[in-house]
Amino acid sequence: MDLADLYRDVIVDHNRNPRNFGRLEHPSRAADGHNPLCGDRLHLELVLDGGRVADVRFDGKGCAISTASASLMTEAIKGKTLPEVEQLFGTVHDMLTRRDAPVPPELGKLAALSGVREFPARVKCASLCWHTLNAALAGDSAPVKTE
Amino acid sequence: MAAELQALAPLDVARIREDFPILARAIRGKPLVYLDSGASAQRPKAVIDAMSGYYERHHANVHRGVHTLSQEATDLFEGAREKVRRFLNAASTREIVFVRGTTEAINLVAQSWGRSRLKPGDEIVITWLEHHANIVPWQMACEQTGAVLKIVPIDRRGVVDHEAYLSMLGPRTKLAAFSHVSNALGTVLPVREMVAAARERGIVTLIDGAQAVPHQAVDVREIGCDFYAFSGHKLFGPTGIGVLYGREAVLAAMPPWQGGGDMILTVSFSGTTYNELPYRFEAGTPDIAGAIGLGAAIDYVDSLGLERIAAWEHELLDYATRRLSAVPGLEIVGTAPDKASLVSFTIEGVHPHDLGTILDAEGIAIRTGHHCAMPVMEFFDLPATARASFAFYNTREEIDVLAAALVRAREMLG
Repeated sequence: MDLADLYRDVIVDHNRNPRNFGRLEHPSRAADGHNPLCGDRLHLELVLDGGRVADVRFDGKGCAISTASASLMTEAIKGKTLPEVEQLFGTVHDMLTRRDAPVPPELGKLAALSGVREFPARVKCASLCWHTLNAALAGDSAPVKTE
Repeated sequence: MAAELQALAPLDVARIREDFPILARAIRGKPLVYLDSGASAQRPKAVIDAMSGYYERHHANVHRGVHTLSQEATDLFEGAREKVRRFLNAASTREIVFVRGTTEAINLVAQSWGRSRLKPGDEIVITWLEHHANIVPWQMACEQTGAVLKIVPIDRRGVVDHEAYLSMLGPRTKLAAFSHVSNALGTVLPVREMVAAARERGIVTLIDGAQAVPHQAVDVREIGCDFYAFSGHKLFGPTGIGVLYGREAVLAAMPPWQGGGDMILTVSFSGTTYNELPYRFEAGTPDIAGAIGLGAAIDYVDSLGLERIAAWEHELLDYATRRLSAVPGLEIVGTAPDKASLVSFTIEGVHPHDLGTILDAEGIAIRTGHHCAMPVMEFFDLPATARASFAFYNTREEIDVLAAALVRAREMLG
């Protein structure tokens, strides 16, 4: 349980300079996520085009783990088809919650979040954006809560 | 006062720490630095022994049987009540109701006193810096009765606006409820003045004393309040036990709030008569071991002396305020001139939640989050703060460890 394993360089970088941060002009889907425990708030917007994530942005206030996770997620899902996104959600979920599972190579940069599973109190920080993404894709308008 | 405090022999903190077994623990290979006593304090061996001794030798139900154990358990339980009475300088043990904690104490008053007294348009005055436990029970009572909740503003230091408080005590005000010490900011409220102003106008007063009793002597008759609530676990006692002090004249006029055993004199299907004070408000078998543990905690605190405790904690607070102010990017939230021993703060570029994890890796326990005081966070436009809270077992060296770790956290993430 090394701190350097949680706050890897990729995480620190994406927290300091989050990618795809901001709002879209004409989102086709949007959702809000809220982690009441730490006060994290996340707003996610998507443009879907022909069954693919054509564009995605997020904004909000959160800890380093939740900000970096959202930033990495937006990079990872852009251009992917909805079934591909769904499959990625499952893989990321397993990586965050199953301490003994190997980290699949196809996760790429997202693998930087694998240290989170050694810090159970922080898993919700990393998964907030993914649950918010699910809500946006499902068209739910009620804010997602992690509690 | 200051000269008086200096004349007292200082606490032997190194020896006191030996009374708390948990303080010898290592966390992630580092010595535990426990700076979260404001959330829940640790227990001395004397409290743990009092509770296990009770279970090993004296346990039976109280106020029931004629057998020896029941009598011993009752004597220990009622002995604890007398210790609480003395601790608060209440006039009688009839004014000491055992509850689960501060939260339950306030809910008891809101549901029993509140629902039977409040009429549509009546007003309850609270302050902006209350813990959720002194907000939500009143919101519920307002929903049930049509009464209205009024909030006294605070300033940027976290001080309650006294002029606004006075002007909000109106002809419809039935109750004023406020903290003795703010859990999120550390502000000490001028409770004696606030109670006096309310009483002049015939307004009932309730004080949330959860953050006050571990740090200073409380005399409910000197304060003059009608209700005073606190929790055992913040006073180095067990969880699950707390106290509602209620002035006898006010308690005696209140209807019961929970029905069951112990709170009755007679029960028949043609009608039930209720027990005398304080048992009328203690339905069901109480937390006997918890009360005994709380009594032992009060004995322990008394043996150190609350004046000496307050003197040491003020030194710790001054030292922590100086040391933390020197950390680059750190801003202290809550800068009232009169504060109890906690420091809430933010660090530029480091979210409190990350700070909590980084400090934990160094063995340091602090609280991060909204501290169950979301309106306070909203007032300062913050999602959360970090809070280091001190007890008499903390040392200057622990504050040095905290300050050094905060500098590293900023280098890491800021």
